Amino acid sequence: MSVSRDLERYAELFAARTKVMKSSAMRDLMAVTARPEVISMAGGFPDTSTFPPATFAAVTQRIASESCARALQYGPTDGLEETKQRIGEVMAAEGMRLDPEDLVVTTGGQQVIDLVTKTLIDPGDVIVAEAPTYPGAVPTFSSYEADVVQIDMDADGMRVDRLEETLDRLERDGRRPKFVYTVPSFQNPAGVTMSPPRRRRLVEVARERELLVLEDNPYGLLRYEGEPPPTLYSLDGGVYVMYLGTFSKILSPGIRLGWVAAPPPVLEKINLGKQGTDLCTSTLSQLMVEAYFQHGRWRDYVNDLTEVYRSRRDTMLDALAEHFPAQAEWTRPAGGLFIWATLPDFIDTTDLLARALRENVAFVPGAAAFLDGRGRSSMRLNFSACPEEDIREGIRRLGEVVKEQVELYGTLTGETAAPSRPAPEQQPAADEARVLPMPSREQRARRAGGP
Amino acid sequence: MLKGGRSFERQVSLRSGARVQDALERLGHDVVPIDAGVDLVLRLRKARPDVAFVALHGRDGEDGTVQELLEIAGIPYTGSGVLACVRAADKVLAKHLLLEAGVPTPEFFAFSETAFRELGAAEALPAMEERLDFPIVVKPASGGSALGIRFARTAADVPGALVSAFSYDSKVLLERHVAGRDLAVSILGDQALPVVEAIPRDEDFYDFESRYEIGRTDFSCPAELPGELSEAAHGLALRTFALLGCRGFGRVDLMLDESGGLWVLEANPVPGLTETSLLPQAAEAAGVGFDELVGRVLELTG
Repeated sequence: MSVSRDLERYAELFAARTKVMKSSAMRDLMAVTARPEVISMAGGFPDTSTFPPATFAAVTQRIASESCARALQYGPTDGLEETKQRIGEVMAAEGMRLDPEDLVVTTGGQQVIDLVTKTLIDPGDVIVAEAPTYPGAVPTFSSYEADVVQIDMDADGMRVDRLEETLDRLERDGRRPKFVYTVPSFQNPAGVTMSPPRRRRLVEVARERELLVLEDNPYGLLRYEGEPPPTLYSLDGGVYVMYLGTFSKILSPGIRLGWVAAPPPVLEKINLGKQGTDLCTSTLSQLMVEAYFQHGRWRDYVNDLTEVYRSRRDTMLDALAEHFPAQAEWTRPAGGLFIWATLPDFIDTTDLLARALRENVAFVPGAAAFLDGRGRSSMRLNFSACPEEDIREGIRRLGEVVKEQVELYGTLTGETAAPSRPAPEQQPAADEARVLPMPSREQRARRAGGP
Repeated sequence: MLKGGRSFERQVSLRSGARVQDALERLGHDVVPIDAGVDLVLRLRKARPDVAFVALHGRDGEDGTVQELLEIAGIPYTGSGVLACVRAADKVLAKHLLLEAGVPTPEFFAFSETAFRELGAAEALPAMEERLDFPIVVKPASGGSALGIRFARTAADVPGALVSAFSYDSKVLLERHVAGRDLAVSILGDQALPVVEAIPRDEDFYDFESRYEIGRTDFSCPAELPGELSEAAHGLALRTFALLGCRGFGRVDLMLDESGGLWVLEANPVPGLTETSLLPQAAEAAGVGFDELVGRVLELTG
């Protein structure tokens, strides 16, 4: 008897919430991006080929000789003590101090998003997120049937004034959001960083309104220039801000190791939730981190990564300036992994992806970062995973396709010159304003100055 | 068992293929599943099958490309032959054939990208818009899914819709929108199966996702139609099928307008065979289970 793949046989058994976990046309398009000939700027992958195999060998050897039985055993739900100490070191590197008691070690940062949502959200509850938001959080929020309200950003991150307007409006409707989800540094996907005044204001708003904030900070240490702003967690002292950290971008996503710091009552519920989900985070992974930190020099590796990624970011920015048409705009991230480009609004980037795939180049269409259908003219471009020659070639091909569509549109509308963006100055409603287009001054200058 | 492939309907095809594979195995056949890729011809040569079951949708699998390769390899295969696939996959060609034979299909104009770039076709847009009346459906000439299909509600929407459609094909069509009920007639052998009606839940347009997603579209089968309308739909579907030269099985999509008129939109030579696909639902309504359906398709191999 062969295994049955018939969905209909099981469809009646599925929970109602699985019906809102929608798969998308985008996923069908993305299925084609995995072909080896495709230059993919779609993933959010760090470049693990930069990790020295000798270090990996030393780390595993150390575990084998010193803690084999323990590495193969279950561990406490909240994580090993030594892992928590190491997490303390990583957080200290970003100016945070905390009691290891206030931590739960998790299976990657993604599990934190899941556990926090599981802990706080009943169907229909409101989560406030940025517009655009981390595409990976979208299915999590959807699966708990949250009502996600997205707040616009500009070059200084989330518009906290818009947040307050939205909170007022929700309050008038008798609704109070359960938490605000933000990636304040080198935001995924927008690549922007929340300014220190905005950070302070956000923490104040959280206190005034007794609102929880989930600060997702996977890239904070991957800074390519400038001074790091204080984390929300350090500004707040862990009263209303929950902090999500991860080893994925500073060590490896393959070890699936993240953490959450939260106020003790919330942490207790998260801990219970985790018990039900997977009992404990991989002991082997935790001991690998411990052995790796004992091996020393984790900061050196982060510095190496910073060098590699900075150079790739610069390559991508240069390539964008050279190959994208004047009507396109993009962010200039001071760190992290992503650039967010916004095209003229007659270009739908989901359709553009289909065209780009014919040229064997891929990106994430902006619609993936919204729950409300916005973002259709934007795209997320990753620069950490590709060698520089691929970035140059990928952006060149993409630029050709974009220019082709701009030109075609010009032909169709009878405008020889590039069409300008539609007039913006009608004040949009609080949560439906435009998605940030904000090129840096350098980009404008560069473009103005010609190639 | 050919499935997957490089088209944007790859995921759907993998699901169709997996399901067909199960059925074939239950029917006692030895099945070699092949994900159609660069090694397709080599793998076909190695497998030397008695018959190839084509469960590829969209580009390559539904446009005659794979059928041509199977012809060259001398391997009998399920479904329509090369010419029928070529005709059906090109909506412009198919619609011209329908018009010529007097089968009602919504009025349309088709253009290649070069017509706009090099022949100033944009100048003709206002005249077309006047003839077709808004909303106008803009779609790529090829592709069995709803990817790239746009509704233009005003003249200002048309250029953007064309840019989207041209992302998928160098030829697109602007078609008069027929408001009404969305019907599909599946065909098995020379028999038209009960009409399926797709009723979108909240969208005003039946999109690529809802077509394959449980919970976003309700299907009614057999559709609640007066007997003569249902017969008329069957008749049109069978004529379309014959006109294009299709064979074995397939699906014809139609619209029923508000005054009871039927319009043929397109024919699909390799319709979806997933658990939410229309043809298996129609077969079920006619008392033909999935295994029997797969068995019949195999018997009808030319």
